[in-house]
Amino acid sequence: MKITDKALQVSAIKEGTVIDHIPAERLFDVINILGLFNIQEMITFGTNMDSKQLGKKGIIKVANRFFQGEEIDKIALIAPHAKLNIIKDYEVVEKRVVEIPDEINGIVKCFNPKCITNHEKIKTCFTVISYNPVELKCRYCEKITYENQVEII
Amino acid sequence: MQKRDLISITDFSKEDYLRIMELAAKFEENPNQDLLKGKVVATLFFEPSTRTRLSFETAINRLGGKIIGFSDSSSSSVVKGETLHDTIRMVSNYADLIVMRHPLEGSARYASEIATVPVINAGDGANQHPSQTLLDMYSISKTQGRLDNINIFMVGDLKYGRTVHSLLMALSEFENPIFNFIAPPELAMPDEYKRFLTSKGIKYFEHTEFTEIISEADIIYMTRVQKERFTDPIEYEKVKNVYILRKKMLKNTKPTMKILHPLPRVNEIHTDVDTSSHAYYFTQALNGVFTREAIISHIMGVK
Repeated sequence: MKITDKALQVSAIKEGTVIDHIPAERLFDVINILGLFNIQEMITFGTNMDSKQLGKKGIIKVANRFFQGEEIDKIALIAPHAKLNIIKDYEVVEKRVVEIPDEINGIVKCFNPKCITNHEKIKTCFTVISYNPVELKCRYCEKITYENQVEII
Repeated sequence: MQKRDLISITDFSKEDYLRIMELAAKFEENPNQDLLKGKVVATLFFEPSTRTRLSFETAINRLGGKIIGFSDSSSSSVVKGETLHDTIRMVSNYADLIVMRHPLEGSARYASEIATVPVINAGDGANQHPSQTLLDMYSISKTQGRLDNINIFMVGDLKYGRTVHSLLMALSEFENPIFNFIAPPELAMPDEYKRFLTSKGIKYFEHTEFTEIISEADIIYMTRVQKERFTDPIEYEKVKNVYILRKKMLKNTKPTMKILHPLPRVNEIHTDVDTSSHAYYFTQALNGVFTREAIISHIMGVK
């Protein structure tokens, strides 16, 4: 069975996005950070599917939604191997790999409880000092938030 | 012209460091210069730090500036719930320069983004304290006559000690430094700094106790090993006496070797060292005033 057949096992969408190659354990985090629990469009998701690359993977299909900018940055941070398939009229018109930007603004909480950003209303800002594994250096307290500490605001 | 701040030691380049060394030497010769005449400097100490505040305020007074501020957040509007943001906006209207000490990390960088006047960080939690680093460098430069080819031994709490981290970054800008770290494994130099040195091709060596190798030192930089840093009190008891420097240990050291300490010391330098020609920690504190005069003049562009 080809990959595309597998994706079509659940009802196909006419317009929208399929987010594939999400680590199974981060599936619900991806749903959360994208606020998908709160939208009216049709969503199907599956998890614990076999994946050569990840062991077990999750997949999300969202009708009529096309993610961009900050949303893609958020996906990249918690599911760095995710792929976005853009669907137009039942066809995959574009495949996008997510990429962690050099600077992460306003979407990650600094893990340091003594950082000023956790005490006043300040937009967080991190420089990415390592991509795999992810290591983020806070612009303010200069401490490093490691991949397993990343908490999306 | 864009305003200049000093928040983190890495905000300054090698040229800035050298300029500060040169200016500090001039202020040491002639400390009273009216370069800040007619200027108001706010010293905002959101947590008490008598030593640092007096050093900065002495520097400002010797430069002829006027001081406003507070020495403890309980005497400021912070107790009424004012945000740092609003305090800095307000003070920016009154002062020509802000010197700030705050218990939260990153507070100084944030203040510099809000303030319309220059900000000097006088310590933000465990993060940065750049004027301390510059006075350490001035002490090294003055006693060794150079900042290149320095063999420095850093001793004690190398994990949490912000002074050693900043000094390591600053000395790495100069030619061929050699770093020797003496610390218990629990308080060893963090990997990120060792990786930084490796990436710059700088040599470093790690030890868990004092050995004969200190005979190679140009500088021994002592720090306090604090009990509260240990999760296991037994571990503290085991190491607390390993990192005490005594006069008899200095027998084979270089005659020009100097011992630095950011102070206050507890017991890590035995008082019998105080009379040794190697002891420099009290003079080091005096150098703080000249260095701070230099930093302020450099930031304000008055010299």
